[in-house]
Amino acid sequence: MEKEILDHGLNLNRRHFLSKLSLGLGSAALGSLLIPDLFRGNNFGGNGELGKSLPHFAPKAKRVIYLFQNGAPSQLESFDFKPKLRDLWGQELPDSIRQGQRLTGMTASQSSFPMVGSFCDFQQYGQARAWVSSLFPHTAKIVDDICIIKSMHTEAINHDPALTFFQTGAQQGNRPSMGSWLSYGLGSENNNLPAFTVLLSKGNGNGQGVYAKLWSNGFLPSAHQGVQFSNGEDPVLYLNDQQGMTKADRRKMLDNLAALNHHAYEKIGDPEIQAKVAQYELAYRMQTAVPEATDLSKEPDSVFEMYGEDSRKPGTFAANCLLARKLSESGVRFVQLYHQGWDQHGNLPNEMTVQAKDVDQASAALVKDLKQRGLLDETLVIWGGEFGRTNYSQGRLTQDNYGRDHHPRCFSIWMAGGGIKPGIVYGATDDLGYNITENPVHVHDFQATVLHQLGLDHERLTYRHLGRKFRLTDVSGQVIKELLV
Amino acid sequence: MILIKGSKIFWVTPFLGWLILVAVSIACKENRSHDVFEFPDQISYNLHVRPILSENCFTCHGPDANKREAGLRLDIASEAYAALKESPGKHAIIPGSSIESLAFSRMISSDPKEKMPPPASNLKLSDHQIELIKKWIDAGAVYEPHWAFVPPTKTPLPKVKNEDWAQNEIDYFILSKMEEKGLDPSAMSDGLTLMRRLYFDLIGLPPSSEVLDNLEENGMDPEAVIDRLFKSAAYGEKMAVSWMDVSRYADSHGYQDDYYRTQWPWRDWVIHAFNKNMPYDQFITWQLAGDLLPNASKEQLLATGFNRNHKITEESGAIDEEYRVMYAIDRTNTLGKAMLGVTLECAQCHDHKYDPISQKEYFQTYAFFNTVAEWGIEEKTPGFSKKSPAKYPLMEISDKDVKELLQFINMPDSVARVNRLMAGMTKGTNYNSLLDEAKVLKVAVMGELDSTRNTYILERGAYDAHGEKVEPGVPASILPFPDSLSKNRLGLSKWLFDKNNPLTARVFVNRIWQELFGVGIVNTPGDFGLQGNLPINQELLDWLAVDFIAHGWDIQYLLKKIMLSSTYQQSSIVKKEHLTLDPENKYLARFPRLRLKAEEIRDLILASSGLLNKEIGGPSVKTYQPEGLWEAATSGRGNLSKFQLDTGKYLYRRGLYTFIKRTVPPPNMMLFDASNRDACEVERLKTSTPLQALVMMNDPVVLEASRVFAARLLKKDPKPEKGIAYAFYSIIGRKPDETERKILSKHLTSFLEEYSSDNKKAKKIVDVGRYPLMDDIPVEKHAALAQVITLIYNLEASITKA
Repeated sequence: MEKEILDHGLNLNRRHFLSKLSLGLGSAALGSLLIPDLFRGNNFGGNGELGKSLPHFAPKAKRVIYLFQNGAPSQLESFDFKPKLRDLWGQELPDSIRQGQRLTGMTASQSSFPMVGSFCDFQQYGQARAWVSSLFPHTAKIVDDICIIKSMHTEAINHDPALTFFQTGAQQGNRPSMGSWLSYGLGSENNNLPAFTVLLSKGNGNGQGVYAKLWSNGFLPSAHQGVQFSNGEDPVLYLNDQQGMTKADRRKMLDNLAALNHHAYEKIGDPEIQAKVAQYELAYRMQTAVPEATDLSKEPDSVFEMYGEDSRKPGTFAANCLLARKLSESGVRFVQLYHQGWDQHGNLPNEMTVQAKDVDQASAALVKDLKQRGLLDETLVIWGGEFGRTNYSQGRLTQDNYGRDHHPRCFSIWMAGGGIKPGIVYGATDDLGYNITENPVHVHDFQATVLHQLGLDHERLTYRHLGRKFRLTDVSGQVIKELLV
Repeated sequence: MILIKGSKIFWVTPFLGWLILVAVSIACKENRSHDVFEFPDQISYNLHVRPILSENCFTCHGPDANKREAGLRLDIASEAYAALKESPGKHAIIPGSSIESLAFSRMISSDPKEKMPPPASNLKLSDHQIELIKKWIDAGAVYEPHWAFVPPTKTPLPKVKNEDWAQNEIDYFILSKMEEKGLDPSAMSDGLTLMRRLYFDLIGLPPSSEVLDNLEENGMDPEAVIDRLFKSAAYGEKMAVSWMDVSRYADSHGYQDDYYRTQWPWRDWVIHAFNKNMPYDQFITWQLAGDLLPNASKEQLLATGFNRNHKITEESGAIDEEYRVMYAIDRTNTLGKAMLGVTLECAQCHDHKYDPISQKEYFQTYAFFNTVAEWGIEEKTPGFSKKSPAKYPLMEISDKDVKELLQFINMPDSVARVNRLMAGMTKGTNYNSLLDEAKVLKVAVMGELDSTRNTYILERGAYDAHGEKVEPGVPASILPFPDSLSKNRLGLSKWLFDKNNPLTARVFVNRIWQELFGVGIVNTPGDFGLQGNLPINQELLDWLAVDFIAHGWDIQYLLKKIMLSSTYQQSSIVKKEHLTLDPENKYLARFPRLRLKAEEIRDLILASSGLLNKEIGGPSVKTYQPEGLWEAATSGRGNLSKFQLDTGKYLYRRGLYTFIKRTVPPPNMMLFDASNRDACEVERLKTSTPLQALVMMNDPVVLEASRVFAARLLKKDPKPEKGIAYAFYSIIGRKPDETERKILSKHLTSFLEEYSSDNKKAKKIVDVGRYPLMDDIPVEKHAALAQVITLIYNLEASITKA
């Protein structure tokens, strides 16, 4: 019976929207509005293309957790081991390698570009014999669960445009972010939580800020905006009622509000008034659902131990990883973390050691935790920054200290779960760690691949704006099939 | 579960959560042509065929010469009719014979290799579209020039049956469409509702209860009210709100560390210009080219701050030229979107795919903005540290200027100015230089280089890929640039306001219409090109545009013309037939009910509660926002790394003055669809999310206003129930009816009981915001009445312009 009512309601809704919007929005958007959970088999179909149109094909992943390492961690001290750079310590970067690559304003005027190898050691791990530096001992233990891509490349050489490019597919702002696209395309799995949430944390390394435009809905409706979460006292902005306001008071207020609004509706007849009543009910449900989803107090000690001691401190990267797992478990489609502090222009050995310590254990714990809960298969975890770092030193090179400038031509990230082949290393760079020699992955390829795992064709997930159809991958990008299970 | 009762059409199931509300509120922008399912007797190229070809064919067979396939161009008649280069003897289109037209046979081909558009493009023609094209070719395949590129003319007023309804010309155009669709206009709005509508549309504030009483007593002649509101200084503030979006105005530079900037004196000028009712042509000319006017005054120079409001980088690793080019591109694109309503930016990397604008013409237009004496980053420029609040070229504004020439600038004394600039910064390398700089008020304005800087086509839009050298120019398909005009920004302004420019007046008139009715006559206000939607009523748009020009680009004349129409003065009550015949209200058989803008919501709350600080202009203010937002997002550098709440009267300024830090814009405004000021915007989304409800229930702005309002009422009359009707009247703009009184009284009584037995709770309720607490009021009454007022603020009617 309930199913029948449901179908009836949906059909009415669908028809209503169709008439109201006169074939408005793309069918994509309607899909997300009408079919909030495609994975439970609630595809009501029946009424033309809408039900069938999304996802475009069977998804491998239901959700994404993106551990963004903001500032750009060095690939040369993490996953791209270049022993030759140690041999060539202090020698000038050959022009034949640089090939006129443009440099940032910070090193363009440097008279010398002395190459420098990693200060830390590397060892091989797992079935793929993947090289991982000693700064990431926990990640080293999960290499059989992750796919390391060493051949990422991007177009921007400065933080703001590069970050924006990664998240929105364009260097300039005002485009929807990846999470917004997913929210738009797939909606939320949870009635009471937004589809796209954002968690921020900071390390002690040289940091670069983050910007609200990174989780902006751009030209998509603002319901697809990333909602900033924390596990502090007010997990979502404006969620908490003021002091002195009890739950019963709030209920009373909402009941009287609904009565007044219904009364107005009787006189005015505008369906928007009814929608407003529903809007308040949803807000009320969020007031319960969000604290539940963000409450870490019931996690057993063993979980905190796995994520590391920091996970007990709200606002740390480790705590955010744990929170990300909880939100993801509750059905949040896209959980975006940003961890600042990875911009090692100088003092790299010290800063990178500290930064890695902040994130290594918790990142690995998240993968393990999802795996043991049976969620890794349906959750795509991504770890990486916005570009790589140069193989030569920025500033003075000394025996035990150096820095590295921005390098867009190659860098490393890893992905896990969500139908990505585990235990492989993809792509390669030259012996000097400057250029890609094998299987380049452009940012748009990466984005196309992520969407693909969620069952979305990056060329078909579009939104009309300013007379043309926009998409996350702009006009390029190819799914990297070799990465897929 | 049925969440929404009352309307048979609306059901919400538990499985539909978060997103369903959105759809209810989104106005459709996607209908490519009118009445998709109707089959017209007469097929019009512009109305029926061009939208299909543009969407499906022009990408490869349109204006972009570099991407043209098979040498075939379908957007120009002579080329479409010509013999095909790759299929000798055949023609893509043979007027009068679809059978013989190769383009058509390819469209209906079942061979995937032959089929057009190719299946790989993800484009597909519907049977209906194919039928339209067939009929059009068979009827002679007559092409028409794009409507928006032909100058507007006044057509005779259409004949209507219900002539009595029409108060002015506008009504004839609107009514004739309505009658075509079988719709009847609504009755005139009741007086109070109309007054509130006029107040929000003209000054962005609700009429106070005193004003409403006075109007009820002494008559509510709309024209007299309009004239009076034009004279209010708040008129300029209201008009400035949307101009700030167009101008991408902000109080920070927008990249990375996101330092403070001082463009607010320019914003003060905008308010002043609107209040003087500066004609639109002058308003724009000053902003585009004030510095180039003969004997330019300081005021004219200040106006050019418009084109320095874009984001400016301070990222030390940035490449100077890359960003300098980006700024010139921003100005070019802003000209396109804001003044021409054309997506110029699509021709930045290649010829425009849909509109007849070549990449060369793009960079010719760009050339007007490419000779500014500016840097991409100023770090190394002597005299201007990278922390300077204004970037070179800039003007300095002295106290003397403010006393004499620029009296409209609300200049705080230098101490207050320095404090503002230094907020959150107590030491550091730039502290002293900043302190020195802060003593003089600086605004970034336009200024030309002494030497010439050549402009080149930038291949693929890349800043360092110089192609052919170009001279300043414009897209000729809009209007060729007359030889008589100087090839600088002043000439460009004259071209914009040339009597043959087909776009300038239409675009502005359309935006004013959008401001009042929520949706423009062209509902893609930034795109009047071939991919934009057709006007719902072109005759009306053109009539208004021509009339506007004939009346000297007089903005107040235009507003008044629209406001004195029956169309504008109709009731907004929604009837059943509206929902069935015209659910989107495209034909305006009623006045649309529109949610207030973010700024207006704030202003309503402050004004009705009596908290509003009516001061005009001055530096932007930081008002309540959740703690830690700036701090969480910052690198730690920069004078805006820490949020410092303003104090005292500065907390109660209008929404227009809320400080916009671009990288972390004020969340309560963003949730209500305000612009983040990244780039020029000509329209705001109108969405509805549960987070908006949370803001209205829990934002200290609302809660503080409620308790201050309650205190004010209890001072007047210690019986709290006496305050209810007055509060309702002040917020909603009409008196509560019997049912409403009952529910509100019940609400009050229930909280009075609750708080009488628990004073502590009541104390917490009124302990919100920085406004001094009035201790001499019994706290249970105070808190209970505050609860009632918060409830009223949360009513749908409160934040709706009806």
